[in-house]
Amino acid sequence: MSLFDKFQPIIEIRAELEKAGVMPFGAVTEKILSPTEAIVNGHKVILAGTNNYLGLTFDPECIAAAKQAVEEQGTGTTGSRMANGTFAEHVKLEQELAAFFDRKHSIVFSTGYAATMGMGSTLAGPGDVILMDADSHASIYDGVRLGGADMVRFRHNDTADLEKRLRRLGERAANTLIIVEGIYSMMGDQAPLKEIAAIKREYGGMLMVDEAHSLGMLGAHGRGVAEAAGVEDDVDFVVGTFSKSLGATGGYCVSNHPELEAVRFAIRSYIFTASPSPSVIASTRVALRLMQERPQLRERLWENAHRLHAGLKRLGLQVSPQVSPVVAVTIKNRDQAIAWWNELLQRGAYVNLVMPPASPTRDSLLRCSVSAAHSIEQVDRIVEAFAALQTSAAVG
Amino acid sequence: MPDYNDFLNRIYEVLKPFAKHGLILNEDSELVTELGLTSLQVMELIEQIEDHFDISVPLNILPDIRTIQDLAKQLEKLSN
Repeated sequence: MSLFDKFQPIIEIRAELEKAGVMPFGAVTEKILSPTEAIVNGHKVILAGTNNYLGLTFDPECIAAAKQAVEEQGTGTTGSRMANGTFAEHVKLEQELAAFFDRKHSIVFSTGYAATMGMGSTLAGPGDVILMDADSHASIYDGVRLGGADMVRFRHNDTADLEKRLRRLGERAANTLIIVEGIYSMMGDQAPLKEIAAIKREYGGMLMVDEAHSLGMLGAHGRGVAEAAGVEDDVDFVVGTFSKSLGATGGYCVSNHPELEAVRFAIRSYIFTASPSPSVIASTRVALRLMQERPQLRERLWENAHRLHAGLKRLGLQVSPQVSPVVAVTIKNRDQAIAWWNELLQRGAYVNLVMPPASPTRDSLLRCSVSAAHSIEQVDRIVEAFAALQTSAAVG
Repeated sequence: MPDYNDFLNRIYEVLKPFAKHGLILNEDSELVTELGLTSLQVMELIEQIEDHFDISVPLNILPDIRTIQDLAKQLEKLSN
């Protein structure tokens, strides 16, 4: 017996991939050329799986703000928010986030993972219940496990199953936290939030929605699925990240509950880690403003999402059922998924390879995500790369 | 209220397809190492039991479950 025994399955898969000459989980971006192009493993590629939804990573205003922050405030805060790491700009970003979401309270975290994991682990503890969608992100699972609440899953997007489980809880429904995502990260499908909110109203408990993949995309102001569904008042906590639409790193939680200000000082992932660097906060603040000032980014994003989804569907591929900026192609055979991922890279399209258990089913995924910065021509080239795969598979 | 044997019999029923190569399921059968269930299949097993008995099983019990007996005992505890 060794500490390493449990890693044997990973060791075997790595050896298999190495033998095949493919290392999908170790691909190196050698040079980043723009929000949508890079040199990866020696290939010039279109970035087709970066979650850089609004394409703001190279925006001149964001870059200028980050540069200025580095010069004026240094490279890092070197401390936690509760010690020496709260700068005026962290507080300003919290105020701006609260204003954007039209909520009274807001917390900024160092990563999206820390935000989701921290809220999940802190809000519900021993004796409480967490009712979570089965397809929830790993950060939700990890947080819930740490917190010690009874952790109950309901079937993905199945509101009847959610209702059944709340009914079974009886009086315990009152101290239950329901956790769902706005847009699910792997398949790009949306939570039926209108129905979920109605169930919560009937049975009680609180609702937390992770809008990591929907910020800036949905709702009149771009606040996400809750806004689009018209149920923001039923959502007690919104969590999310700066690392997608806002092109940086970091996370947040916003809420109207005044208790959030007390909860803040109980969240270990907030207390025991260094606060976000000044440059990150600076570019995030600008990106948050630009996201609101430039609705055209959102329009471009959705045009691209529809174009990619339709293009891949036309090829006869098994594409995510709901059109979204996340477009996943399901591949039953894992080896084929690996081979296709590699071939796509060589043909100039860099997508995400997702294998179980990271994928929500037993199948593998070639997960794409579009950006507002993709040109129509780039989207078409991604589709062409998939089309060429099918041709070569047919010939082979 | 279902008891230990009710849960045990249901688990046997659900796990029938995993009893390959003449393997006879018993209380000591190990779900992962012996029957080869993946984590996804363990979740599916739990879901089927939940539906049948109209109960919710917290995932927190999973680390304590290795065998069919462990699972049946935990389910009995939950339903009391």
